[in-house]
This record gives sequence, C-alpha cells and structure tokens, in this order.
Amino acid sequence: MTDSKYFTTTKKGEIFELKAELNSDKKEKKKEAVKKVIASMTVGKDVSALFPDVVNCMQTDNLELKKLVYLYLMNYAKSQPDMAIMAVNTFVKDCEDPNPLIRALAVRTMGCIRVDKITEYLCEPLRKCLKDEDPYVRKTAAVCVAKLHDINAQLVEDQGFLDTLKDLISDSNPMVVANAVAALSEIAESHPNSNLLDLNPQTINKLLTALNECTEWGQIFILDCLANYTPRDDRESQSICERVTPRLSHANSAVVLSAVKVLMKFMEMLPKDLDYYGTLLKKLAPPLVTLLSAEPELQYVALRNINLIVQRRPEILKHEMKVFFVKYNDPIYVKLEKLDIMIRLASQANIAQVLAELKEYATEVDVDFVRKAVRAIGRCAIKVEQSAERCVSTLLDLIQTKVNYVVQEAIVVIKDIFRKYPNKYESVIATLCENLDSLDEPEARAAMIWIVGEYAERIDNADELLESFLEGFHDESTQVQLQLLTAIVKLFLKKPTETQELVQQVLSLATQDSDNPDLRDRGYIYWRLLSTDPVAAKEVVLAEKPLISEETDLIEPTLLEELICHIGTLASVYHKPPSAFVEGSRGVQHKRLPGSAGSGESVESPDVASAPGVSEAPPAVIPSQGDLLGDLLNLDLTPPTTTGPPPPSSGMQMGAMDLLGGGLDSLMGGGFGAAPAAMPASFTAPVSGGLDDLFDLGGGVGMPMGAYSPPKTVWLPAMKAKGLEISGTFARRSGVVQMEMTLTNKAMSVMTDFAIQFNRNSFGLAPAGPLQVLTPLSPNQSIEVTLPLNTVGPVMKMEPLNNLQVAVKNNIDVFYFSCQYPISMLFAEDGKMERQVFLATWKDIPNENESQFQIKDCHLNSDAASNKLQGSNIFTIAKRTVEGQDMLYQSMKLSNGIWLLAELRVQAGNPNYTVSLKCRAPEVSQCVFQSYEAVLKN
Amino acid sequence: MIHSLFLINQSGDIFLEKHWKSVIGRSVCDYFFEAKEKAVDPENVAPVLQTPHHYLISILRGKLFFLSVIQTEVPPLFVIEFLHRVADTFQDYFGDCSEGVIKDNLVTVYELLEEMLDNGFPLATESNVLKEMIRPPTILRSVVNTLTGGSNVGDTLPTGQLSNIPWRRAGVKYTNNEAYFDVIEEIDAILDKSGTTVCAEIQGVIEACVRLTGMPDLTLSFMNPRLLDDVSFHPCVRFKRWESERVLSFIPPDGNFTLMTYHVSSQNLVAIPVYVKQNISFFETGPCGRLDITIGPKQTMGKTVEGLMVTIHMPKAVLSANLTATQGNYSYDLATKVLVWDIGKLNPQKLPNLRGSLSMQAGVPRPEENPSLNIELKIQQLAISGLKVSRLDMYGEKYKPFKGVKYVTKAGKFQVRT
Repeated sequence: MTDSKYFTTTKKGEIFELKAELNSDKKEKKKEAVKKVIASMTVGKDVSALFPDVVNCMQTDNLELKKLVYLYLMNYAKSQPDMAIMAVNTFVKDCEDPNPLIRALAVRTMGCIRVDKITEYLCEPLRKCLKDEDPYVRKTAAVCVAKLHDINAQLVEDQGFLDTLKDLISDSNPMVVANAVAALSEIAESHPNSNLLDLNPQTINKLLTALNECTEWGQIFILDCLANYTPRDDRESQSICERVTPRLSHANSAVVLSAVKVLMKFMEMLPKDLDYYGTLLKKLAPPLVTLLSAEPELQYVALRNINLIVQRRPEILKHEMKVFFVKYNDPIYVKLEKLDIMIRLASQANIAQVLAELKEYATEVDVDFVRKAVRAIGRCAIKVEQSAERCVSTLLDLIQTKVNYVVQEAIVVIKDIFRKYPNKYESVIATLCENLDSLDEPEARAAMIWIVGEYAERIDNADELLESFLEGFHDESTQVQLQLLTAIVKLFLKKPTETQELVQQVLSLATQDSDNPDLRDRGYIYWRLLSTDPVAAKEVVLAEKPLISEETDLIEPTLLEELICHIGTLASVYHKPPSAFVEGSRGVQHKRLPGSAGSGESVESPDVASAPGVSEAPPAVIPSQGDLLGDLLNLDLTPPTTTGPPPPSSGMQMGAMDLLGGGLDSLMGGGFGAAPAAMPASFTAPVSGGLDDLFDLGGGVGMPMGAYSPPKTVWLPAMKAKGLEISGTFARRSGVVQMEMTLTNKAMSVMTDFAIQFNRNSFGLAPAGPLQVLTPLSPNQSIEVTLPLNTVGPVMKMEPLNNLQVAVKNNIDVFYFSCQYPISMLFAEDGKMERQVFLATWKDIPNENESQFQIKDCHLNSDAASNKLQGSNIFTIAKRTVEGQDMLYQSMKLSNGIWLLAELRVQAGNPNYTVSLKCRAPEVSQCVFQSYEAVLKN
Repeated sequence: MIHSLFLINQSGDIFLEKHWKSVIGRSVCDYFFEAKEKAVDPENVAPVLQTPHHYLISILRGKLFFLSVIQTEVPPLFVIEFLHRVADTFQDYFGDCSEGVIKDNLVTVYELLEEMLDNGFPLATESNVLKEMIRPPTILRSVVNTLTGGSNVGDTLPTGQLSNIPWRRAGVKYTNNEAYFDVIEEIDAILDKSGTTVCAEIQGVIEACVRLTGMPDLTLSFMNPRLLDDVSFHPCVRFKRWESERVLSFIPPDGNFTLMTYHVSSQNLVAIPVYVKQNISFFETGPCGRLDITIGPKQTMGKTVEGLMVTIHMPKAVLSANLTATQGNYSYDLATKVLVWDIGKLNPQKLPNLRGSLSMQAGVPRPEENPSLNIELKIQQLAISGLKVSRLDMYGEKYKPFKGVKYVTKAGKFQVRT
C-alpha cells in the first residue's frame, strides 16, 4: 500500500469526488481523502477549491488528520483569507489544549498562515505560549515571533514580543535559548540598526552555557551570534575561545565552521606570545582538514573558507599541503578551489611536491582545470623564487606536449616569469618561437609578441617573426595589435637599420587604416617620438619596467578582514562583503577583526560597543571620521585608493594633444594631417547648454510638487575627457533615484561603447542598469540619458558625505569625475513617522545629536514650506503654533533606514527659518540641512 | 533561513516542492537548470548559486538533486548539512532515497519535512525524535492501520526533544541487551606511476548498534587513542572526558548511530595494502594501445584482501578493449568509457593480471591524458591505522550486555596515476 495511488486519479471529476469523500461520515475515508488532497498539493496541483471541506475536518482528535489539515491550511490560507478565519477558533482552542504537543503545533501553524486578519487573533495565544510551562511550547513560540515579524513587524514591536524574546535568552532550557537567538538574529537582519542582540558578558555567559547542551542547529545559531560580540580584553577573549574549542570536534561541519569563525575572530585579540595562542593555532588545523573528507558540496564551502583562512593565517595549514591534492574524480568546482589553495600554501619547503602535482594535473582531461594548472605553475615561479628555474623547465616540458591550449597558457605565464626575473631565462625563447604558428588565442599571441619585441636583440629573425604577424594585422584583436605596434617599435629602436620599412608599415597601419582610437593614439605618439627625438623614444619605449608583484591575486586586506568575520556565510563563498549582494540589508554592518590586545583603542572600545544605543547608530554608512565609534563599527576609513588611476592631469593631456596636433608629416612626407589639425577644436571651453531649470515654477503654492532636483551642472568638462562633456543632476522620480545626464561629444570622432561605474560611496548608490546610450554619439551631438540608481552597492564613507566618484568609459578612454548629490534624493516615500513614534524617538535621541541651522531669506509661509518639503519626501507630522511661531515637526527616512527628525520654526514676517535636526547619525545633519535650504529656495 | 525545498530528478523534473515560508514559484529553479546544462555532468553543478533574488544551495544524492532556496544570509554549510540530513532521514525511513520511494511515501515525506523544519529553522532532525512522532512505514503497520483505522503519527510529546539527552528516549526495553561497534576505516590515497605514495590518509568511523534497556552509561576505551589526529563526536560523547582521559564516555542513542568519525593523516605513516604495477600506453602510429595491470599485496598485516576491483576511465578515443584477465571478469562500457575489472579475493601466490590491447578510433590524435586507476578493496578484521578498542564498560544498569567490536578496512578514494 503506497501513496503513489494518490497520483493515479487524473479524471475530470477528481475535485468533485474528493469533495464527496471529505464530507463522508467515515473517519477513515476522510483521512484518505485529505491525504489525496495533500498529495495533489505537493506536486503543484491546485486543490484550493476544497478549502471549506478540508477546514471542516480540522476539529478532530485524530492527531494525524489534524496535522494534515494544518499542512493544507498553511499552503492555501493566503489565497482564501476569508475562509481561513473559520479556522481561527480551532487554533485558539488548540492553544489551550492540555497536550503540549497540540499547543505547540497550533501556535506553530498559526504563524505559518500568512494572513493579516489571522495575525491579530494570534497575539494572545502567542503571548501565553511564550510563557508556557512546557519548554517545547516556548521554543516553538520563539520561532513564531520571527514568523509574525516577517508578516507584520510593527505588530510584533507594539505587542512587546521582542522583549519577551530577549528574556527567553535567559531561559533555563538550552533549546529555548537557541531558538530565541535564532529568531532574534533573523529579525535583526531586517533591522540592521536595532540592537536586538544586546550582547554583554552576562548574556555571553548564558549563551556559552546553552551552547554545550543544545542541538547542533542551535549551536550554529549561538556561535554565529557569539561571533558578533567584541570581548572586553584578551582574558575574556581567551576564556570564550576555550569554551568554544570543543565545538571543533562536532560531527556537524556547519558547527565546526562557525566555531572556526569565532576562534579566528577572537584570536586577533590574543597576544601572539601567549602559549594559548600557539595551542589554538594547532587545534584549528585538524578540523579544517577533516572537512575536506566530507561530501563534495561541503568540501566546496570549506575550501572557499580555507582560502580566506590561509590568506589571513598561513601558518595554520602550512604542513597540510597534501590534503589539497586533487583526485581525478573530484567535481570540477572542488578541483579549481584546491588548486588555488595549493598555490597559496606553496613555499620553498614544499614546492617540489606542488610542482610535481601541477605537472600531473596539466595532463588531465578537463580543459579549464588544465589551463588553471598551467597558470598555477607560473604563479609558483613568481611566488617562490628558488623554484623559478624548475617551473620554467616544467613549462618547457609541457610545451613539448604540443597540446594546443597547454602551449598557449604556458607562453602567457612565461611572459610573466620574464617580467619577474628579467635576463634570466631568455634561453628558452628559441623553444617558444617554434610554437609561434599554433597560437590562436589573442592573449597567447600578445604574450609571444611581447616576448619577441622585448628580446628582439637576442632573436636573430625577430623582424621576420613580427612581420609574419603583421600580414593579418586588421584581423587581430586590439590586444594583439597594440602589442605588435609596441614590439615593432622596440625592434626598430634596437635594430634601426634593418627594420625601418617594417616600422613605417606598422605605423601607417595603426594610424591610417585603423578605427581604433587607442591604437591610433599609440601609433601617433610613437611616430612623433621617433621623428622628433629618437633618444627620448628609446628612453620611453625601452625604459626599465617595474617588476610585477608576486601576489597580485590576494584579497585586499580590509576586505579579507571583513570576510574573516563572515566565515561560513555566503559572503565567504562569494568572497564579497555581504553589502555587495545581500538583498534588502542595506545597512549591513561592516565587520572588522578586533585589534590585538594592548592597544589602548581596543581596550576602550568594547565599553562603547556594549553601551545601549550605539549599535543603533547607522553603521557602515556614516561614521564620524577619526572617532572611536566609527572605528569600532569597522568602517573602511582608508582613502579610496582602489578607485583606479587619478584623472590624468590636464597639463599632461595638453602635452599629448599638442604632440598630435603638431606636424606629423616629417616622417610621413605629407599627405595627411587634416585630422590631427582639427583636434584643438575640442579645447573650447565647456559650453553650458541645456541648463533650463525645469523646476523653477515660481512658487507653486498649495500644490505638492515633485521632488526637488537641482539644475544640471557640468561634471566633466570636455577638455578633461578627450572631448566628452558630461553635465547632469540627480532626481527622485516615483521612488527611484535617477541620475540624469547630458552627454555631449565635442571631439571629432564618433563615441561609442559607453559604460558607467561608481566608486563605493556613503549610501551604496550604484547604477541599477547599464548606461543606455544605444546609438553612437557623433561629433557635436548631445544626448540625454537617464540612469536609474539603486542603493545596494558597496558602502564606504565619503568626504563630504554626499560625494560620488564616477567613472565613465567610452571607446576612447576611461574618465573619472566626482559630483555631489542632494541627500534629499535618498528620502524614502515611506518616511512619514507615526506621531507617537515620533515623540518617543525624539526623546530617545540624545540631545548632543541635535543640531540647529538657520535658513535665511525664505519667504514662504509654513504651509507652503510644508508642501514643498513634502514633495521631496520630508513629511510634516504635526504643526503647533506658539506665540505666532509655527513649529513644524517633520520626519524623513534615508534609503538605508536611518530616520531623521526635524523641527522647523517659521515666524510670520521673518524670512529666517530655524531647523533643528535630530538623528542617531548626526553626521548626516549637515547634508540634510543643505537639502532643506535647496528645496525651500527653489 | 531555508525558504523552500525542491526535489529534482536526473531528467530535470521537479517532483516535490515544500515551502516553509511564502510560496516561491518553480521558475526559480530555471537558474539551476541553466547551471546544470552548462556543467554537463550532474556532479559538476556548483552547490551554491546566486540568482537575482534568491540563493540556491543544492546537493546531489543518489540521482536526486535536493535544491533549497534561501533569501537571506544563511551559512551555506548549515543548509548543505541539513539537506544531507533530509536525505539520510528518507534513507532511514524508507530504506532508499529514490524518486520512486519518495513518491510512494509522499504523505510521510511531507509530514517529515514539516516536522524537520519550522519557518526554516531546524526543529527535529534526530531520527529517534522523528520516529516517535512519525512512525516509519512497515508493511505490518499499514495493514494494521487499514484494519483498525490507526495512524502512523504518534500522539505523545517527543520527550527526547526536551531532555538534556535528546538523542535517547526514556523507557527503552529489550530482552536481549546488546552493544555492537563497527570500526570502519577508509584509505584515501594517491599513488604515482612508480607506486610511490603521493598522499594518503585514513578516514575512520565507528558505527554503533546499541540495544540496551534503560539509561546505560557506556565507556569505550582504546589501546592507542593518540593515533587519531582529529575526531568528531556524536553529541552524546562527553568531550571533557575525551580531552582529559582519551576515553569515550556516553549515554548512547537507541539503535544505530555514528559514534565518532576520525582522521589519521600523513603525519603518521599510512600503510598501503596493495601495490599496482601498470602500463597503459597508446601508440603514436596505428589505432591501438596496450594495457597491462598486475596487483599484489603490500602491507596487509597478514590479512586477506577481498572485494578487489579496478575502475579506469578511458580516454574518449578508446573504442574497445580486448583483454585477458587471469582472475575475475572485466567489462568495458562503451558509452561511459569505463573499464571495470572485478577481481574478488587477492591470492598472494598467484597475482591477478589483466593485459591485452585497446583499439582506438582511427584518425583521432593520440590521447594526451593518462587514465587514473580507481581501486576498491576490503580487508576484514583489520583497522589499517592500528586502532584497537580495549574495553567497553557499562554503568547505571545492572544487567550484563553482549558486546562486540568488528573491524574493517576499505579503500576510499584510492587512486593510482599512470
């Protein structure tokens, strides 16, 4: 007798039949019918039409039938909210049942019915269950709070369930503690600014006690929660570590990895000379190794995390190289990760083993893996100097196999080896040249050409080799063309007598026949250089190159620190900070490892951290620079060094242009020059066009207007951007922040391939889509572009706060500029606070967070002002008139969930307004004030 | 936490879905199917995938994908561990974890899933606790149920879930009290062409089958516990005793469970029970190759090697194999290009040998890769690490139980490169 019979009925009257059976008098028949209904539901058939009939079966003392009906209810209540009300009574009754199993089941099911009407009825039973005498009911009720919060957060807060939940952390039953922690953690995730999990030494102690006794899953929740705590000093840190270490021997790998996270974080605070520190390091290795013998899926996650751990503390696994050796039947995703870690662990001591392995891998079947293995050999050579020679000979062996993709990868990495160790391994060039014909990938061809050009003086037939590439010049990719151009110029500088013809050929190919501005520019520069000052040309072209760095692929240290705090999470799998991808958690706290003991800063900091209210300060987003608090909340205060090269100084730009503009014909012998001569045209001063202020509607009294948008200003003048001028502004339209730009082409050539990127900024602004410039932009043409933005990008504090650094790319180059957006763009539509909440919050925010500003010369009455502000999502909640002075109480909410409260005082006849702002993040006040002024005065 | 679960079969059909929060449409699986398409082999699908609004974490068990959908930051290992636990539970309940079996027991499956997770939080995953609430189907019970109208859902509170020892239920009674322990060791090793060990480690596990009345408190001690590099215990084991005395002290769950797993790695020398002499070559000219494999005993500690089997993934160009085996049978699967040589017992006097020619597809270049050999074997009555249980004591109960310890060594991922 199996359940598959439930699938066999596919007749038309199925629903009808079921209906009849559900209303049958026989219990057994009823149950069978409910089972059939559930089976249909499971495979996705719609059986919602049976709702009333199934609900009728609910009042039963048969537990199985009850459970089945509950299952059904959970699935369909949403689509039948009115019917679902019918079930409420039974639920309420079941919550009083003497059997705790039934009480728990009822409260659990009620929470799963995601219907607003029902949730109201749920509150009373839930409150009782949270205080139930039976821990089984309490622990179920704890989860129910999280469910309810998901449906109606406000209700949960109003009913005080959060406080009850916090009390449950001190429950006597470890399972209840674990569930309370889990529920609070989940709620906290949607409320990044609330300090729900207020960790202090007492709660930590309770958690550590519960940790030993609760289920494996509970242990994971508790450990993840512990990882957010910052111990007061190294002694506390050590005692927590000691109590967490036994978790490393748990059978559940998720428990192990969460324990590793806690240890890795708290270890930072231990003095390195402490004996315990060494012991702890030794204890970490075996569990990590054991993770690698688990199922491949677990291995993958473990490997991604180990990758971080070995970058932070290579000493832990330095003797465990062998466990990362690849087995031929590992899934490809495991193989690639293992390879990566092998290279990170490679050192002089084990390089022989590693190389032997890599060579073995290079003969495997999987092409991606083989390529990566060959690259890995190159990385070893660069990382471990003593092994370079061995690596090179291994690569040469591989080239002998003549397997096409192996040869190509080998040549690419040999180029890097040459750059790291110049004048050492050039003897192999002859072997490389033999394989010239088999190269068909641009990267390999470019690498080979670079080698030939760089070592032209040692290759007898360098000119012939390069000439052979030149035949199909226009079919090559840009990468190869550029490399070929440079290589031939190098050759010419080294052997000027034989190659004059060749260099002329390539220069004319690059400058005259090519559409690629990069190539043309480079061609012109060489040409000019060669014709005016060959000595200078030699100095420039044959200049000594800086050695390449050995660990280009390391994760940036600040990011690494943050990721270490996120071991075991999705962030650690993606190697990205959570703010970069976790949806809906805009204000994700950036975590940073605690400083080591002894530094005054970290000794002081925990006090601040545990003080109530501090974690409510908007983390990540707006730290006050240099202040301890900001430092504590792990903000990235380093200057934005990762932005890329600074905008080229215009002086240099001018020089280069001049070079082009001058007579190029000396080498050319006339016959061209018209195009460069036209270039200076692009130097005309930026024209301020299209600045019509759409919003200057002159008053607009009594009519709510759209959000204030400042007039467009020139962000990027043409002379700084090779003829591209960008002016723009920001606006908020129907809830979406937009960047509105006018792109003007003031150069002589067509511009295409536009793209845009933002640097990390204070509010995580990022383009929500690509820059839509569909048609090429012809000279002297302008185009209006609207770029929708979102606020889920990476966050970094900027100075000033509303500064935005932008990079725009087109077919010519990449340009950088920065602009400031009015912070009112970020005021959300739902920024209207309830009066009560407003009052409470106003009182709650300490007075030192209040700031006052004056707005001068504003001639609006208070209603008009209120209207105007409302257009920009600054909502007036209440108005009070005291002695002829209007006081407007206003609220607004930033896109990252920070609330701002304001009091605007308007005195009739006095053009000066006073604004008082209160916010948990006083840093934003200045910007907000500017927005007030801007909105009111426009 | 875990939002939804989809079960997907090999041909890409979703045959079961379960949502613990709001319902998420099946279309979310399209991202997974896309990745599956790209990966060609099902085992190469990456376990963690990102889609615009969700994260998909999947495992492959047997021929089924267990795909979970999550929406917030959740530790992926937690999800993967849980999914494996779900598969284990099905295995435990129905004796198998296949599409057919799951469909046959759909209502039980649904009840189990509901009991295992609440709002995405794990609720009851201990087999003991689950079985108290939902009884596994047996033929007898289903017959009885039909006759009496009984159900297979227990109506008592799962007591174990609340006590400090959630893994054991109270009031267990047996007429025969017995406790058996299997020490199972698997050798993971890579040997290179010349037979030298590239790396080798031992994964050990102690599986227990304990049927004892009441609340027995057991202590298991080893002759040589210091052999073990890393250990992971069932939650029942008291870690402090292990730390201080190196003994396993525990109140056992009722029935079958994994007491501990351990790891002996390269720091200790791992004995390799067999050697393999092999020569697989493909000729430069002519569409053929040669294969010659001999296996002999190496460090077997005087025991017999059984269940010996060699598996080779041949290069694509190999069309057929014309071989002779001095012992056992061989087969070559054309479609998957897998050569399997089933040897059986290893006779040290007469070493098994497999030799002959391979015929290759004409006009295809000589294969570049060297096929690796995968070896399977089994040695009864031996834990290759040398681990030995010295004694088992019982406290807390008065009766005398039957006790037994069995050892077995197997090859895990045991590979020989050529």
